[in-house]
Amino acid sequence: MVDASTAPLTRRVPPAVLLAAFWVVVMLSIALFADAIAPFGLTRMDLGHRLAPPGAVAHWLGTDELGRDVWSRLVFSIRISLLIAFGATAMSAVVGTALGFLAAHFRGLTEQAVLTLADFQAALPFLILALAVLAFFGNSLPLLVCLMGLYGWERYARIARGLAIAATAQGYAGAVRQLGATPARIYLRHILPNIASTLIVSMTLVFPEVILLESGLSFLGLGVQPPMTSLGNMVGYGREYISRAPWIMLAPALTIILTTLAVSLIGDWLRDRLDPSLR
Amino acid sequence: MLRYLAVRVGRALVTIALVVTFAFVVLRLSGDPALIIMGPEAPPEVIAAFRKAWGLDEPIWRQYIDYFGAILQGELGRSMRDGRPAIALVAERIPATLALTIPALLLKLGIGLPAGIYAALHRGSAIDRAVMVAAVAGFTVPSFVLGLVLVLVFAVQLGWLPSGGQESWRHAILPIITLGTGGAAVLARFTRSAMLEVLGQPYIRTASAKGIPWRAVVTGHALPNAAIPTVTIIGFMVGTLIAGAVVVESVFSWPGVGRLLVVAVANRDLAVVQCILLLVAATMVASNLTVDFLYGFLDPRLRGARAGSH
Repeated sequence: MVDASTAPLTRRVPPAVLLAAFWVVVMLSIALFADAIAPFGLTRMDLGHRLAPPGAVAHWLGTDELGRDVWSRLVFSIRISLLIAFGATAMSAVVGTALGFLAAHFRGLTEQAVLTLADFQAALPFLILALAVLAFFGNSLPLLVCLMGLYGWERYARIARGLAIAATAQGYAGAVRQLGATPARIYLRHILPNIASTLIVSMTLVFPEVILLESGLSFLGLGVQPPMTSLGNMVGYGREYISRAPWIMLAPALTIILTTLAVSLIGDWLRDRLDPSLR
Repeated sequence: MLRYLAVRVGRALVTIALVVTFAFVVLRLSGDPALIIMGPEAPPEVIAAFRKAWGLDEPIWRQYIDYFGAILQGELGRSMRDGRPAIALVAERIPATLALTIPALLLKLGIGLPAGIYAALHRGSAIDRAVMVAAVAGFTVPSFVLGLVLVLVFAVQLGWLPSGGQESWRHAILPIITLGTGGAAVLARFTRSAMLEVLGQPYIRTASAKGIPWRAVVTGHALPNAAIPTVTIIGFMVGTLIAGAVVVESVFSWPGVGRLLVVAVANRDLAVVQCILLLVAATMVASNLTVDFLYGFLDPRLRGARAGSH
């Protein structure tokens, strides 16, 4: 086996994963610098160039039927979709891990309650839950992030609970407890760093699912609301023009596919490297 | 074994009760349905009459108890839009949805299982790599994108198949393919890793070392053991038969339960949404329960095991 620490980067990391990482970096840069990158405003119309095909002089990805620049809208959509996916993934990781730790620490009734909630979450397809909540509570970006933030928490909770129970049986957790550390300190400073790699792997596996979920909701017209736009919105809108201007739909669709593919590839690779037990 | 089953059934009932509570909380506390249905300009007496008719003037805990009681009696309310029983509205859509989801499930099983098993048995072969690539693609391509691309190719460009509607069996082809392909890929990937896991076990090596033909090792030892995790995911797929086509039905304007749900949510038709939520939950719980029973049957270790421990 090659010594992992001295081998050059390209030999340690498969090219596909490097390519995926590159794509993710590009997407992140686009999201961060959207205002500087987008040549036109989100709603700026160019009525002289409606439904212009890709390759037009001013609009290299074409325009929609109001003459809005597809590339500019794509840039802002990437920002919103990534913002939601990142916010939601972080939130569900925090909520899930916290609940998992609580279950591991108190056991008994608390543990049963957490497991029952996890069962409940797993019992309903999340899309159905989300549909009901969104349409009935109205719709705003913070609510959408919070709702998506409930997606997948039960996976972190199960993992965190199992690993924390296993960890408390090991010497190091017992040792710091004997030294008088508070439970919060034991869980956050000692157990969390030891199980972090498994949790991070789970996050990279949940992240693409959140992107797909949000774009699905937005596609149905029940996610991100106009005038804001997300990748799913663009596909939903482009669907109306599928026979006359398929590029309106294809550009965001391809972005969704490549981004979920890239993050999944990185996630699979990390899982194989860091935590083969999750396979 | 009996205790194992009892705990599972108990959990299933608790889950259903939680779903009922969830539906109630979300759908009732999110706003005043009377104002939204009748509009803010409606005369107060009309709104009051509406509230009375739907029990919305009762205290909230009272509504909750009544709601629970009504559900126990199979009374799921009437659609606030056209006054028909919600359950009837939903029931008449079920055949259309099943007409898509059952063939799609068969497609998933027919492609996913053999592909996954073959890929695991021929690890590293060209077919294995093809299965893995297809599996990744099946996961990363959202169903609405796949559906729209199929429409673009087969309806718009080639003109072979209709792009939406439910007039004939030809209308069902594209939605079924859309639903089935993604699921087949997921199932293939899952079956492959379950098989690989089992094939790496010492008892497989022992079995082949003592001279049992490889084919018999696979059918007698590997497949039954790999079946246990695979049954879980198949159970999940069976559980989504009713509601697994929300997005695809929308793409293809297919008048099934999923379309009904999207429209009902947009119209704030509480009774219909509640009815679908409960129906979906009941299907999921029932199929999970069946999976648990099958576990007890497939895995002899579980029969004596302590119930409920994960």
